[in-house]
Amino acid sequence: MTSQEFPASLAKGRSLERAVTSKTIFSNVMTGLVFACALLALIPLFALLFYVISKGAVRLSPQLFTQLPPPPFPRDSPQFSSGGFGNAIVGTFMTVGLGSLISIPFGIFAAIYLSEFARDTKFANGINFFTNVLSGVPSIVMGVFAYSLIVLATRSYSAMAAGFALAVLMLPTIVRTSAEALEAVPSNLRQASVGLGASSYQTVLKVILPAAIPAIVTGIILAIARAAGETAPIIFTALFSNFWNWDPWRPTATLSVLVYNFAITPFANWQELAWAASLVLITLVLFANVLARWIIRKR
Amino acid sequence: MTSNLQQSVQTDNVFHTENVNIYYGDFLAVKEVNLDVPKNAITAFIGPSGCGKSTVLRCFNRLNDLIKSFHLDGKILYHGQDLYAPEIDAVEVRRQIGMVFQQPNPFPKSIYDNIAFGPRLLGYKGDMDELVERSLKRGALWEDVKDKLKAMGTDISGGQQQRLCIARAIAVQPEVILMDEPCAALDPISTLKIEDLMQELKEDYTLVIVTHNMQQASRASDYTAFFNVQANEKGQRTGFIEEYDRTESIFQSPKKKATQEYVSGRFG
Repeated sequence: MTSQEFPASLAKGRSLERAVTSKTIFSNVMTGLVFACALLALIPLFALLFYVISKGAVRLSPQLFTQLPPPPFPRDSPQFSSGGFGNAIVGTFMTVGLGSLISIPFGIFAAIYLSEFARDTKFANGINFFTNVLSGVPSIVMGVFAYSLIVLATRSYSAMAAGFALAVLMLPTIVRTSAEALEAVPSNLRQASVGLGASSYQTVLKVILPAAIPAIVTGIILAIARAAGETAPIIFTALFSNFWNWDPWRPTATLSVLVYNFAITPFANWQELAWAASLVLITLVLFANVLARWIIRKR
Repeated sequence: MTSNLQQSVQTDNVFHTENVNIYYGDFLAVKEVNLDVPKNAITAFIGPSGCGKSTVLRCFNRLNDLIKSFHLDGKILYHGQDLYAPEIDAVEVRRQIGMVFQQPNPFPKSIYDNIAFGPRLLGYKGDMDELVERSLKRGALWEDVKDKLKAMGTDISGGQQQRLCIARAIAVQPEVILMDEPCAALDPISTLKIEDLMQELKEDYTLVIVTHNMQQASRASDYTAFFNVQANEKGQRTGFIEEYDRTESIFQSPKKKATQEYVSGRFG
């Protein structure tokens, strides 16, 4: 490798000053391009936020959270701006709550088994594979499943059926994030605990799980946030209701189905409520994401 | 070699191994381990990387059970009882034979809870505060941390963390403490502190340490086993004990040429 093989511009003793070459121009253009693409990716999000806020904010008031959906009123009616969707907020919390109640224990226990007791076995790899398949199943199929299993059996649409559909939907996310969190716990903690004479369940309960909890909680919050916005599996499981409902075995209103039902009607006051419900729903999901971020940061 | 050993190692033995071969799957990792570990003494395992020192050490408290492909034949007797007999409870073994690891591994809990972890597992009913204080004093850490027992065990210095791990192992009152390169991740001052501590501890405990540091073995141990490694035609490296004797003999008048070369720094 003699110096003659390099171009003259790389000769020994060459200047260290910046020079405009085709390389630096290319580099600058590419930097600009990727920056523009990154901005482009943000545009849909901000456009959506702007649109939902501008349409939904007009109806934001405390009564939204305390009152029932109104009948359709014409735009010049004094009652045009009356009513709210308190029952749908309650219903969203109820269906998502039921879904969490079912899926969180199952998900965490399954993750503990997969990561702590059956790691790298054929059985665990099989379960992992099917968990991934499950997470790819369209949510409406979960709805059909819950419909045939619970709605037909109990002869009633119910929050419970929706909770079940959401639980099946949340399960893969919870299993996957929890198993990852458990596997990320350094193995030297496991050895420290076992070395002190802890049994495997004591090790999991007292060392591994506490160390993994923040990451598990983060996964659960993201799963909940996703479930809260789901509409397809709820339309024909929880159905809808125009009234307050506290009974998990009765049909229940939810924010997402309210948006779906009201947005496609010709009634202006219902359309406005649909926008307001969208805004509330987005706020809830955003809040959940921020909470998840905050928990990660705190670690 | 065995007869030679029995003459030179004339004390109460805590461990006695008979023709132990250790496998990972089909791979023979360490072969023909015949070794007596005397009570209230420090026994050091030295040797080049990959010679199976740590592997043998981890057999003494059945920590290798965590590795699925691991199995051994031969016998490891602890006070005459075969540790790998089917009726032996590995969890109970680890309660009597503690372990300190190469990387300090305190739990992400308070210093107090780190010490109290083991005793709580065992259902300790006595005065926990007193036990924590006694263990920390025994681990030569009390003066450093007595005002911050609520601080995280992971927030103190590396040397302090390792002493915390030793104190944590002491808190369950084991008979033996195994140490797997306890000073490998520490600075020289912390290392000296740990070595001093080991000298104090051997009055009450039996210590077995793995070390890469030959000065440490010659300074701190009473008996030294030199492990060597040989490769078969497939390139698999199997460890074995080249020589085991009193530490002075190993370092000053080794009987094997390989030992002589290793302790004088000519290879490894």
